[in-house]
Amino acid sequence: MSSATINLIYLVAAVMFILALKGLTHPRTAVRANLTAAVGMLIAIIVTLSMAGISLMWIIVGIVIGSIIGAVMAIRTPMTGMPQMVALLNGFGGIASVLVAGGALVMELGGAEIPTSQFLIATAVSGLIGAVTFTGSLVAFGKLQGLISGQSILLPARQLTNASLFIVAVLLSAWMVRSPDSSEWILLLLTIVSLVLGVLLVLPIGGADMPVVIALLNSYSGLAAAATGFVLENNMLIIAGSLVGASGIILTQIMCKAMNRSLTNVLFGVMDAGGGGSVPQDDIYAGKVKSTSPEEVAMLFDTARRVVIVPGYGMAVSQAQHSVRDLANLLGERGIEVEFGIHPVAGRMPGHMNVLLAEADVPYDQLKDLDDINPTFAQTDVVIVIGANDVVNPLARTDPNSPIAGMPILDVDKAGTVVVVKRSLSPGFAGIPNPLFAADNALMMFGDGQAAMRELVAAVKES
Amino acid sequence: MDALVAGLTVFVLAVFVGWEVITKIPPLLHTPLMSGSNAMSGITLIGALTLAGASEDHLSGWVTFLGTLAVIFATINVVGGFGVTHRMLGMFVRKK
Repeated sequence: MSSATINLIYLVAAVMFILALKGLTHPRTAVRANLTAAVGMLIAIIVTLSMAGISLMWIIVGIVIGSIIGAVMAIRTPMTGMPQMVALLNGFGGIASVLVAGGALVMELGGAEIPTSQFLIATAVSGLIGAVTFTGSLVAFGKLQGLISGQSILLPARQLTNASLFIVAVLLSAWMVRSPDSSEWILLLLTIVSLVLGVLLVLPIGGADMPVVIALLNSYSGLAAAATGFVLENNMLIIAGSLVGASGIILTQIMCKAMNRSLTNVLFGVMDAGGGGSVPQDDIYAGKVKSTSPEEVAMLFDTARRVVIVPGYGMAVSQAQHSVRDLANLLGERGIEVEFGIHPVAGRMPGHMNVLLAEADVPYDQLKDLDDINPTFAQTDVVIVIGANDVVNPLARTDPNSPIAGMPILDVDKAGTVVVVKRSLSPGFAGIPNPLFAADNALMMFGDGQAAMRELVAAVKES
Repeated sequence: MDALVAGLTVFVLAVFVGWEVITKIPPLLHTPLMSGSNAMSGITLIGALTLAGASEDHLSGWVTFLGTLAVIFATINVVGGFGVTHRMLGMFVRKK
Protein backbone atom coordinates (compact mmCIF):
# COMPACT_ATOMS: atom_id res chain seq x y z
CA MET A 1 0.00 0.00 0.00
CA SER A 2 1.24 3.50 -0.69
CA SER A 3 1.75 5.80 2.22
CA ALA A 4 -1.07 7.98 0.90
CA THR A 5 -3.49 5.06 1.06
CA ILE A 6 -2.31 4.17 4.55
CA ASN A 7 -2.80 7.73 5.75
CA LEU A 8 -6.26 7.85 4.19
CA ILE A 9 -7.25 4.76 6.09
CA TYR A 10 -5.82 6.28 9.28
CA LEU A 11 -8.08 9.25 8.60
CA VAL A 12 -11.09 6.92 8.48
CA ALA A 13 -10.05 5.46 11.83
CA ALA A 14 -9.63 8.94 13.33
CA VAL A 15 -13.12 9.91 12.16
CA MET A 16 -14.47 6.78 13.80
CA PHE A 17 -12.86 7.87 17.07
CA ILE A 18 -14.57 11.25 16.87
CA LEU A 19 -17.92 9.63 16.05
CA ALA A 20 -17.40 7.32 19.00
CA LEU A 21 -16.95 10.27 21.36
CA LYS A 22 -20.09 11.80 19.89
CA GLY A 23 -21.98 8.58 20.61
CA LEU A 24 -20.84 8.65 24.21
CA THR A 25 -23.07 11.65 24.83
CA HIS A 26 -26.03 9.34 25.48
CA PRO A 27 -26.25 5.96 27.23
CA ARG A 28 -28.47 4.63 24.45
CA THR A 29 -25.79 5.10 21.80
CA ALA A 30 -22.77 4.58 24.03
CA VAL A 31 -22.31 0.83 23.55
CA ARG A 32 -22.28 1.22 19.79
CA ALA A 33 -19.93 4.19 20.14
CA ASN A 34 -17.40 2.14 22.05
CA LEU A 35 -17.56 -0.58 19.41
CA THR A 36 -17.07 2.04 16.69
CA ALA A 37 -13.87 3.20 18.36
CA ALA A 38 -12.69 -0.39 18.76
CA VAL A 39 -13.29 -1.10 15.08
CA GLY A 40 -11.44 2.12 14.20
CA MET A 41 -8.52 0.89 16.26
CA LEU A 42 -8.61 -2.50 14.57
CA ILE A 43 -8.57 -0.87 11.13
CA ALA A 44 -5.57 1.25 12.10
CA ILE A 45 -3.72 -1.83 13.38
CA ILE A 46 -4.42 -3.95 10.30
CA VAL A 47 -3.30 -1.18 7.97
CA THR A 48 -0.09 -0.74 9.94
CA LEU A 49 0.64 -4.45 9.77
CA SER A 50 0.14 -4.42 6.02
CA MET A 51 3.00 -1.96 5.56
CA ALA A 52 5.99 -3.25 3.61
CA GLY A 53 8.83 -4.89 5.52
CA ILE A 54 7.01 -5.58 8.78
CA SER A 55 8.11 -8.80 10.40
CA LEU A 56 5.43 -10.29 12.59
CA MET A 57 7.27 -12.44 15.09
CA TRP A 58 7.77 -10.01 17.97
CA ILE A 59 4.52 -8.24 17.19
CA ILE A 60 2.58 -11.45 17.74
CA VAL A 61 4.43 -12.10 20.99
CA GLY A 62 3.60 -8.61 22.24
CA ILE A 63 -0.01 -8.65 21.14
CA VAL A 64 -0.69 -12.06 22.65
CA ILE A 65 0.80 -11.12 26.03
CA GLY A 66 -0.90 -7.71 26.04
CA SER A 67 -4.28 -9.12 25.00
CA ILE A 68 -4.26 -11.74 27.71
CA ILE A 69 -3.40 -9.23 30.43
CA GLY A 70 -5.85 -6.67 29.05
CA ALA A 71 -8.69 -9.17 28.72
CA VAL A 72 -8.18 -10.50 32.23
CA MET A 73 -8.21 -6.95 33.59
CA ALA A 74 -11.33 -6.06 31.62
CA ILE A 75 -13.26 -9.14 32.71
CA ARG A 76 -12.04 -9.50 36.28
CA THR A 77 -11.92 -5.95 37.61
CA PRO A 78 -14.96 -5.32 39.81
CA MET A 79 -16.75 -2.01 39.30
CA THR A 80 -15.54 -0.91 42.74
CA GLY A 81 -12.00 -1.29 41.40
CA MET A 82 -12.63 0.89 38.37
CA PRO A 83 -10.64 3.92 39.62
CA GLN A 84 -7.59 1.71 40.11
CA MET A 85 -7.96 0.15 36.69
CA VAL A 86 -8.29 3.49 34.94
CA ALA A 87 -5.23 4.73 36.83
CA LEU A 88 -3.26 1.70 35.71
CA LEU A 89 -4.37 2.05 32.09
CA ASN A 90 -3.35 5.72 32.12
CA GLY A 91 0.09 4.65 33.28
CA PHE A 92 0.44 1.96 30.62
CA GLY A 93 -0.49 4.48 27.95
CA GLY A 94 2.24 6.77 29.27
CA ILE A 95 4.97 4.15 29.35
CA ALA A 96 4.02 2.87 25.89
CA SER A 97 4.60 6.39 24.53
CA VAL A 98 8.00 6.60 26.23
CA LEU A 99 9.04 3.25 24.83
CA VAL A 100 7.90 4.10 21.30
CA ALA A 101 9.65 7.47 21.37
CA GLY A 102 12.83 5.86 22.72
CA GLY A 103 12.75 3.06 20.19
CA ALA A 104 12.16 5.51 17.36
CA LEU A 105 15.15 7.54 18.49
CA VAL A 106 17.43 4.50 18.57
CA MET A 107 16.23 3.55 15.11
CA GLU A 108 16.77 7.07 13.78
CA LEU A 109 20.28 7.21 15.21
CA GLY A 110 21.07 3.92 13.48
CA GLY A 111 20.18 5.52 10.13
CA ALA A 112 22.30 7.67 7.88
CA GLU A 113 20.90 11.06 8.80
CA ILE A 114 21.08 13.03 12.02
CA PRO A 115 17.68 13.35 13.70
CA THR A 116 16.02 16.72 13.13
CA SER A 117 15.33 19.16 15.95
CA GLN A 118 11.61 18.52 15.63
CA PHE A 119 12.20 14.83 16.09
CA LEU A 120 14.36 15.39 19.16
CA ILE A 121 12.02 17.91 20.78
CA ALA A 122 9.03 15.62 20.28
CA THR A 123 10.98 12.68 21.67
CA ALA A 124 11.95 14.67 24.75
CA VAL A 125 8.35 15.82 25.33
CA SER A 126 7.04 12.31 24.87
CA GLY A 127 9.64 10.95 27.30
CA LEU A 128 8.88 13.62 29.88
CA ILE A 129 5.07 13.43 29.82
CA GLY A 130 4.95 9.68 29.32
CA ALA A 131 7.27 8.93 32.23
CA VAL A 132 5.49 11.34 34.60
CA THR A 133 2.19 9.73 33.60
CA PHE A 134 3.57 6.26 34.21
CA THR A 135 4.89 6.65 37.75
CA GLY A 136 2.23 9.19 38.71
CA SER A 137 -0.44 6.69 37.71
CA LEU A 138 1.29 3.87 39.58
CA VAL A 139 1.30 5.98 42.75
CA ALA A 140 -2.38 6.84 42.19
CA PHE A 141 -3.07 3.14 41.68
CA GLY A 142 -1.22 2.30 44.90
CA LYS A 143 -3.23 4.86 46.84
CA LEU A 144 -6.57 3.71 45.45
CA GLN A 145 -5.75 0.05 45.98
CA GLY A 146 -4.69 0.81 49.54
CA LEU A 147 -1.09 -0.30 48.92
CA ILE A 148 0.19 3.07 50.09
CA SER A 149 -1.47 5.55 52.38
CA GLY A 150 -4.31 7.49 50.81
CA GLN A 151 -3.43 10.48 52.95
CA SER A 152 -1.26 13.30 51.70
CA ILE A 153 2.34 12.25 52.05
CA LEU A 154 4.29 15.43 52.53
CA LEU A 155 8.01 15.46 51.88
CA PRO A 156 10.08 18.41 53.05
CA ALA A 157 10.79 21.10 50.43
CA ARG A 158 8.71 19.19 47.89
CA GLN A 159 7.79 22.30 45.94
CA LEU A 160 11.47 23.16 45.51
CA THR A 161 12.41 19.56 44.67
CA ASN A 162 9.68 19.30 42.05
CA ALA A 163 10.54 22.64 40.48
CA SER A 164 14.24 21.67 40.35
CA LEU A 165 13.47 18.32 38.78
CA PHE A 166 11.29 19.97 36.18
CA ILE A 167 14.02 22.47 35.33
CA VAL A 168 16.56 19.66 35.06
CA ALA A 169 14.18 17.86 32.69
CA VAL A 170 13.84 20.96 30.50
CA LEU A 171 17.62 21.45 30.44
CA LEU A 172 18.14 17.82 29.50
CA SER A 173 15.65 18.25 26.66
CA ALA A 174 17.58 21.26 25.40
CA TRP A 175 20.82 19.32 25.66
CA MET A 176 19.27 16.51 23.63
CA VAL A 177 18.45 18.86 20.80
CA ARG A 178 21.97 20.36 20.90
CA SER A 179 23.80 17.05 20.81
CA PRO A 180 21.89 14.52 18.71
CA ASP A 181 24.81 12.07 18.75
CA SER A 182 24.44 11.22 22.40
CA SER A 183 20.71 11.91 22.53
CA GLU A 184 19.72 8.35 23.43
CA TRP A 185 21.65 8.54 26.72
CA ILE A 186 20.28 11.96 27.51
CA LEU A 187 16.77 10.64 26.82
CA LEU A 188 17.40 7.82 29.26
CA LEU A 189 18.49 10.33 31.88
CA LEU A 190 15.49 12.54 31.12
CA THR A 191 13.16 9.58 31.47
CA ILE A 192 14.63 8.67 34.86
CA VAL A 193 14.27 12.24 36.13
CA SER A 194 10.66 12.28 34.89
CA LEU A 195 9.88 8.96 36.52
CA VAL A 196 10.98 10.40 39.87
CA LEU A 197 9.02 13.58 39.21
CA GLY A 198 5.85 11.57 38.56
CA VAL A 199 6.13 9.86 41.95
CA LEU A 200 6.77 13.10 43.80
CA LEU A 201 3.91 14.94 42.10
CA VAL A 202 1.22 12.45 43.09
CA LEU A 203 2.45 11.34 46.54
CA PRO A 204 1.24 14.51 48.33
CA ILE A 205 -2.28 14.28 46.89
CA GLY A 206 -4.94 12.92 49.24
CA GLY A 207 -7.70 10.43 48.51
CA ALA A 208 -10.60 12.79 47.92
CA ASP A 209 -8.57 14.74 45.35
CA MET A 210 -8.03 11.56 43.34
CA PRO A 211 -10.78 12.37 40.77
CA VAL A 212 -8.75 15.40 39.70
CA VAL A 213 -5.49 13.48 39.53
CA ILE A 214 -6.94 10.60 37.55
CA ALA A 215 -8.56 12.96 35.08
CA LEU A 216 -5.31 14.89 34.70
CA LEU A 217 -3.22 11.75 34.20
CA ASN A 218 -5.80 10.64 31.65
CA SER A 219 -5.12 13.85 29.79
CA TYR A 220 -1.34 13.36 30.05
CA SER A 221 -1.55 9.87 28.61
CA GLY A 222 -3.27 11.40 25.60
CA LEU A 223 -0.75 14.21 25.29
CA ALA A 224 2.10 11.70 25.48
CA ALA A 225 0.52 9.77 22.60
CA ALA A 226 0.18 13.02 20.63
CA ALA A 227 3.85 13.85 21.28
CA THR A 228 4.78 10.40 20.01
CA GLY A 229 2.72 11.25 16.94
CA PHE A 230 5.05 14.21 16.35
CA VAL A 231 8.05 11.89 16.72
CA LEU A 232 6.70 9.49 14.11
CA GLU A 233 5.03 12.24 12.06
CA ASN A 234 1.84 10.22 12.27
CA ASN A 235 -1.43 12.18 12.22
CA MET A 236 -3.46 9.29 13.58
CA LEU A 237 -1.49 9.41 16.81
CA ILE A 238 -1.70 13.18 16.96
CA ILE A 239 -5.48 13.20 16.50
CA ALA A 240 -6.26 10.38 18.91
CA GLY A 241 -3.81 11.77 21.43
CA SER A 242 -5.27 15.24 21.34
CA LEU A 243 -8.83 13.90 21.68
CA VAL A 244 -7.82 12.06 24.83
CA GLY A 245 -5.84 15.06 26.02
CA ALA A 246 -8.88 17.28 25.59
CA SER A 247 -11.15 14.78 27.31
CA GLY A 248 -8.89 14.56 30.34
CA ILE A 249 -8.55 18.33 30.59
CA ILE A 250 -12.32 18.80 30.42
CA LEU A 251 -12.87 16.27 33.19
CA THR A 252 -10.11 17.86 35.27
CA GLN A 253 -11.78 21.22 34.89
CA ILE A 254 -15.19 19.83 35.85
CA MET A 255 -13.71 18.19 38.95
CA CYS A 256 -11.90 21.35 40.02
CA LYS A 257 -15.05 23.42 39.53
CA ALA A 258 -17.02 20.93 41.60
CA MET A 259 -14.62 21.55 44.47
CA ASN A 260 -14.28 25.26 43.82
CA ARG A 261 -10.52 24.86 43.79
CA SER A 262 -7.96 25.68 41.17
CA LEU A 263 -5.85 22.97 39.63
CA THR A 264 -2.73 24.50 41.18
CA ASN A 265 -4.38 24.32 44.57
CA VAL A 266 -5.25 20.65 44.16
CA LEU A 267 -1.78 19.73 42.91
CA PHE A 268 0.39 21.88 45.12
CA GLY A 269 -1.82 23.16 47.92
CA VAL A 270 -2.65 21.24 51.03
CA MET A 271 -6.13 21.40 52.45
CA ASP A 272 -6.20 23.21 55.72
CA ALA A 273 -7.13 20.06 57.61
CA GLY A 274 -8.38 20.28 61.18
CA GLY A 275 -7.87 23.97 61.71
CA GLY A 276 -10.25 24.91 58.91
CA GLY A 277 -13.53 26.65 59.57
CA SER A 278 -14.22 29.29 62.10
CA VAL A 279 -16.48 27.29 64.42
CA PRO A 280 -15.18 24.51 66.66
CA GLN A 281 -16.81 21.11 66.29
CA ASP A 282 -18.18 20.90 69.86
CA ASP A 283 -20.17 24.12 69.54
CA ILE A 284 -21.85 22.86 66.43
CA TYR A 285 -22.74 19.36 67.55
CA ALA A 286 -23.23 19.72 71.34
CA GLY A 287 -26.71 18.55 72.31
CA LYS A 288 -28.15 19.11 68.87
CA VAL A 289 -27.39 15.88 67.09
CA LYS A 290 -30.36 13.51 67.01
CA SER A 291 -29.75 9.87 66.30
CA THR A 292 -32.39 7.63 64.83
CA SER A 293 -33.17 3.96 64.21
CA PRO A 294 -34.10 2.09 61.02
CA GLU A 295 -37.65 1.66 62.35
CA GLU A 296 -38.06 5.39 62.77
CA VAL A 297 -36.78 6.07 59.29
CA ALA A 298 -39.11 3.41 57.89
CA MET A 299 -42.00 5.32 59.46
CA LEU A 300 -40.87 8.48 57.71
CA PHE A 301 -41.38 6.72 54.39
CA ASP A 302 -45.05 6.05 55.25
CA THR A 303 -45.97 9.60 54.44
CA ALA A 304 -43.19 10.40 51.95
CA ARG A 305 -43.93 10.98 48.33
CA ARG A 306 -40.44 11.81 47.11
CA VAL A 307 -37.12 10.43 48.38
CA VAL A 308 -33.63 11.34 47.18
CA ILE A 309 -30.62 9.18 47.95
CA VAL A 310 -27.22 10.91 48.03
CA PRO A 311 -24.32 8.45 47.83
CA GLY A 312 -20.66 9.21 48.55
CA TYR A 313 -17.37 7.37 48.72
CA GLY A 314 -18.54 5.70 51.97
CA MET A 315 -21.13 3.78 49.97
CA ALA A 316 -18.38 2.35 47.77
CA VAL A 317 -16.20 1.48 50.76
CA SER A 318 -18.95 -0.43 52.56
CA GLN A 319 -20.22 -1.95 49.28
CA ALA A 320 -23.71 -0.75 50.12
CA GLN A 321 -24.86 -0.11 46.55
CA HIS A 322 -26.89 -3.32 46.29
CA SER A 323 -28.74 -2.68 49.55
CA VAL A 324 -29.30 0.89 48.42
CA ARG A 325 -30.86 -0.43 45.24
CA ASP A 326 -33.12 -2.75 47.27
CA LEU A 327 -34.31 0.21 49.29
CA ALA A 328 -34.93 2.29 46.17
CA ASN A 329 -36.92 -0.54 44.56
CA LEU A 330 -38.93 -1.12 47.71
CA LEU A 331 -39.85 2.55 47.95
CA GLY A 332 -40.59 2.66 44.24
CA GLU A 333 -43.05 -0.22 44.61
CA ARG A 334 -44.94 1.83 47.18
CA GLY A 335 -45.39 4.61 44.68
CA ILE A 336 -42.70 6.84 46.14
CA GLU A 337 -40.64 8.77 43.61
CA VAL A 338 -36.98 7.86 44.18
CA GLU A 339 -34.01 9.60 42.62
CA PHE A 340 -30.27 9.67 43.26
CA GLY A 341 -28.39 12.95 43.65
CA ILE A 342 -24.80 12.53 42.54
CA HIS A 343 -22.11 15.11 43.18
CA PRO A 344 -19.39 15.30 40.50
CA VAL A 345 -16.58 14.55 42.98
CA ALA A 346 -18.42 11.86 44.96
CA GLY A 347 -16.09 8.87 44.91
CA ARG A 348 -12.59 8.53 43.61
CA MET A 349 -13.01 9.23 39.92
CA PRO A 350 -15.40 11.12 37.64
CA GLY A 351 -18.65 9.18 37.36
CA HIS A 352 -17.66 6.65 40.03
CA MET A 353 -21.07 6.57 41.80
CA ASN A 354 -22.96 6.24 38.51
CA VAL A 355 -21.02 3.14 37.56
CA LEU A 356 -21.49 1.51 40.96
CA LEU A 357 -25.23 2.14 40.93
CA ALA A 358 -25.56 1.05 37.32
CA GLU A 359 -23.83 -2.19 38.25
CA ALA A 360 -26.40 -2.63 41.02
CA ASP A 361 -29.11 -2.37 38.33
CA VAL A 362 -30.31 1.10 39.22
CA PRO A 363 -31.81 2.48 35.98
CA TYR A 364 -29.75 5.41 34.76
CA ASP A 365 -32.76 7.71 34.44
CA GLN A 366 -32.85 7.79 38.25
CA LEU A 367 -29.27 9.07 38.47
CA LYS A 368 -29.33 12.87 38.53
CA ASP A 369 -26.42 15.26 38.60
CA LEU A 370 -25.98 18.30 40.79
CA ASP A 371 -27.72 20.85 38.58
CA ASP A 372 -30.75 18.65 37.99
CA ILE A 373 -31.30 17.49 41.55
CA ASN A 374 -30.65 20.67 43.50
CA PRO A 375 -33.87 22.53 42.59
CA THR A 376 -35.90 19.49 43.67
CA PHE A 377 -34.77 19.24 47.30
CA ALA A 378 -37.40 21.70 48.51
CA GLN A 379 -40.09 19.31 47.24
CA THR A 380 -38.37 16.25 48.65
CA ASP A 381 -39.74 14.65 51.80
CA VAL A 382 -36.80 12.48 52.81
CA VAL A 383 -33.14 12.56 51.78
CA ILE A 384 -30.88 9.65 52.64
CA VAL A 385 -27.21 10.64 52.67
CA ILE A 386 -25.01 7.57 52.65
CA GLY A 387 -21.25 7.89 53.01
CA ALA A 388 -21.08 11.49 51.86
CA ASN A 389 -19.98 14.43 53.99
CA ASP A 390 -18.23 17.44 52.48
CA VAL A 391 -20.44 17.48 49.38
CA VAL A 392 -23.53 18.10 51.55
CA ASN A 393 -21.92 20.54 53.99
CA PRO A 394 -23.93 23.79 54.07
CA LEU A 395 -20.84 25.65 55.34
CA ALA A 396 -19.82 25.81 51.67
CA ARG A 397 -22.72 28.25 51.21
CA THR A 398 -22.63 30.08 54.52
CA ASP A 399 -19.07 30.36 55.83
CA PRO A 400 -16.75 32.30 53.53
CA ASN A 401 -13.75 31.31 55.69
CA SER A 402 -14.37 27.60 55.35
CA PRO A 403 -11.89 25.61 53.26
CA ILE A 404 -14.80 24.46 51.14
CA ALA A 405 -16.37 27.94 50.80
CA GLY A 406 -18.05 28.37 47.43
CA MET A 407 -17.91 24.70 46.55
CA PRO A 408 -21.17 23.70 44.87
CA ILE A 409 -22.94 21.29 47.21
CA LEU A 410 -26.08 19.19 47.15
CA ASP A 411 -28.62 21.28 49.07
CA VAL A 412 -30.01 18.36 51.02
CA ASP A 413 -30.72 20.60 54.05
CA LYS A 414 -33.64 22.09 52.08
CA ALA A 415 -35.51 18.78 52.13
CA GLY A 416 -38.16 17.85 54.72
CA THR A 417 -36.01 15.37 56.63
CA VAL A 418 -32.39 14.41 56.05
CA VAL A 419 -31.23 11.01 57.27
CA VAL A 420 -27.45 10.74 57.39
CA VAL A 421 -26.02 7.23 57.40
CA LYS A 422 -22.53 7.46 58.84
CA ARG A 423 -20.23 5.62 61.23
CA SER A 424 -19.57 8.61 63.48
CA LEU A 425 -19.50 12.39 63.48
CA SER A 426 -15.90 12.35 62.20
CA PRO A 427 -15.16 14.99 59.60
CA GLY A 428 -14.72 14.27 55.88
CA PHE A 429 -11.69 14.97 53.74
CA ALA A 430 -11.89 18.72 54.29
CA GLY A 431 -11.44 18.11 58.01
CA ILE A 432 -14.28 20.38 59.07
CA PRO A 433 -17.45 19.74 61.07
CA ASN A 434 -20.72 19.57 59.19
CA PRO A 435 -23.58 21.67 60.67
CA LEU A 436 -26.01 19.58 58.64
CA PHE A 437 -25.65 16.80 61.23
CA ALA A 438 -26.96 19.15 63.91
CA ALA A 439 -29.71 20.73 61.81
CA ASP A 440 -33.32 20.58 63.06
CA ASN A 441 -34.44 18.45 60.15
CA ALA A 442 -31.47 16.06 60.28
CA LEU A 443 -31.34 12.60 61.84
CA MET A 444 -28.17 10.57 62.21
CA MET A 445 -28.33 6.84 61.62
CA PHE A 446 -24.99 5.65 62.94
CA GLY A 447 -23.45 2.48 61.58
CA ASP A 448 -21.67 0.82 58.71
CA GLY A 449 -23.27 1.79 55.41
CA GLN A 450 -24.15 -1.66 54.19
CA ALA A 451 -25.37 -2.97 57.56
CA ALA A 452 -27.46 0.15 58.15
CA MET A 453 -29.01 -0.13 54.68
CA ARG A 454 -29.87 -3.79 55.22
CA GLU A 455 -31.56 -2.98 58.53
CA LEU A 456 -33.43 -0.16 56.90
CA VAL A 457 -34.63 -2.39 54.06
CA ALA A 458 -35.81 -4.96 56.63
CA ALA A 459 -37.59 -2.28 58.64
CA VAL A 460 -39.37 -0.93 55.57
CA LYS A 461 -40.48 -4.44 54.61
CA GLU A 462 -41.99 -4.94 58.05
CA SER A 463 -43.76 -1.62 58.33
CA MET B 1 9.83 22.66 10.09
CA ASP B 2 6.93 22.17 7.65
CA ALA B 3 6.12 18.80 9.14
CA LEU B 4 6.03 20.32 12.61
CA VAL B 5 3.60 23.04 11.55
CA ALA B 6 1.42 20.54 9.73
CA GLY B 7 1.39 18.34 12.81
CA LEU B 8 0.58 21.29 15.06
CA THR B 9 -2.31 22.25 12.80
CA VAL B 10 -3.81 18.81 13.11
CA PHE B 11 -3.17 18.80 16.87
CA VAL B 12 -4.84 22.13 17.57
CA LEU B 13 -7.85 21.41 15.36
CA ALA B 14 -8.32 17.98 16.93
CA VAL B 15 -8.23 19.51 20.41
CA PHE B 16 -11.03 21.87 19.41
CA VAL B 17 -13.11 19.07 17.90
CA GLY B 18 -12.52 16.98 21.02
CA TRP B 19 -13.50 19.88 23.25
CA GLU B 20 -16.78 20.52 21.42
CA VAL B 21 -17.80 16.88 21.39
CA ILE B 22 -16.65 15.85 24.84
CA THR B 23 -18.17 18.77 26.77
CA LYS B 24 -21.57 17.34 25.74
CA ILE B 25 -20.93 14.03 27.47
CA PRO B 26 -23.06 13.85 30.67
CA PRO B 27 -21.48 13.13 34.10
CA LEU B 28 -23.38 9.84 34.04
CA LEU B 29 -20.92 8.53 31.45
CA HIS B 30 -17.70 10.11 32.68
CA THR B 31 -16.17 6.84 33.88
CA PRO B 32 -16.81 5.03 30.57
CA LEU B 33 -15.44 8.14 28.84
CA MET B 34 -12.20 7.80 30.79
CA SER B 35 -11.79 4.08 30.19
CA GLY B 36 -12.81 4.45 26.55
CA SER B 37 -10.43 7.32 25.94
CA ASN B 38 -7.77 5.26 27.68
CA ALA B 39 -8.26 2.64 25.03
CA MET B 40 -7.97 5.31 22.34
CA SER B 41 -4.68 6.56 23.75
CA GLY B 42 -3.52 3.00 23.14
CA ILE B 43 -3.21 4.19 19.54
CA THR B 44 0.54 4.37 20.26
CA LEU B 45 0.22 0.69 19.45
CA ILE B 46 0.53 1.48 15.74
CA GLY B 47 3.83 3.23 16.45
CA ALA B 48 4.93 0.30 18.57
CA LEU B 49 4.08 -2.11 15.75
CA THR B 50 6.36 -0.33 13.29
CA LEU B 51 9.24 -0.64 15.78
CA ALA B 52 8.65 -4.21 16.91
CA GLY B 53 8.18 -5.26 13.30
CA ALA B 54 11.11 -3.32 11.82
CA SER B 55 13.33 -5.68 9.88
CA GLU B 56 16.01 -3.50 8.30
CA ASP B 57 19.63 -4.58 8.15
CA HIS B 58 21.90 -3.39 10.98
CA LEU B 59 18.88 -2.80 13.16
CA SER B 60 19.71 -2.34 16.82
CA GLY B 61 18.21 -5.06 18.99
CA TRP B 62 17.06 -2.27 21.29
CA VAL B 63 14.50 -1.15 18.74
CA THR B 64 12.86 -4.56 18.69
CA PHE B 65 13.06 -4.82 22.47
CA LEU B 66 11.55 -1.38 23.17
CA GLY B 67 9.01 -1.88 20.40
CA THR B 68 7.84 -5.24 21.73
CA LEU B 69 7.52 -3.90 25.27
CA ALA B 70 5.52 -0.98 23.90
CA VAL B 71 3.29 -3.39 21.96
CA ILE B 72 2.54 -5.22 25.22
CA PHE B 73 1.62 -2.08 27.17
CA ALA B 74 -0.36 -0.49 24.36
CA THR B 75 -2.27 -3.71 23.73
CA ILE B 76 -3.22 -3.91 27.41
CA ASN B 77 -4.54 -0.40 27.01
CA VAL B 78 -6.53 -1.17 23.88
CA VAL B 79 -7.95 -4.55 24.93
CA GLY B 80 -8.43 -3.67 28.59
CA GLY B 81 -9.84 -0.22 27.82
CA PHE B 82 -12.38 -1.15 25.18
CA GLY B 83 -13.24 -4.37 27.02
CA VAL B 84 -14.00 -2.81 30.36
CA THR B 85 -15.85 0.08 28.74
CA HIS B 86 -18.07 -2.38 26.91
CA ARG B 87 -18.76 -4.26 30.12
CA MET B 88 -19.50 -1.08 32.01
CA LEU B 89 -21.81 0.40 29.37
CA GLY B 90 -23.80 -2.83 29.32
CA MET B 91 -24.82 -2.03 32.90
CA PHE B 92 -26.43 1.29 32.06
CA VAL B 93 -30.05 0.37 31.45
CA ARG B 94 -33.29 2.29 31.46
CA LYS B 95 -36.20 1.59 33.71
CA LYS B 96 -38.27 -1.30 32.43
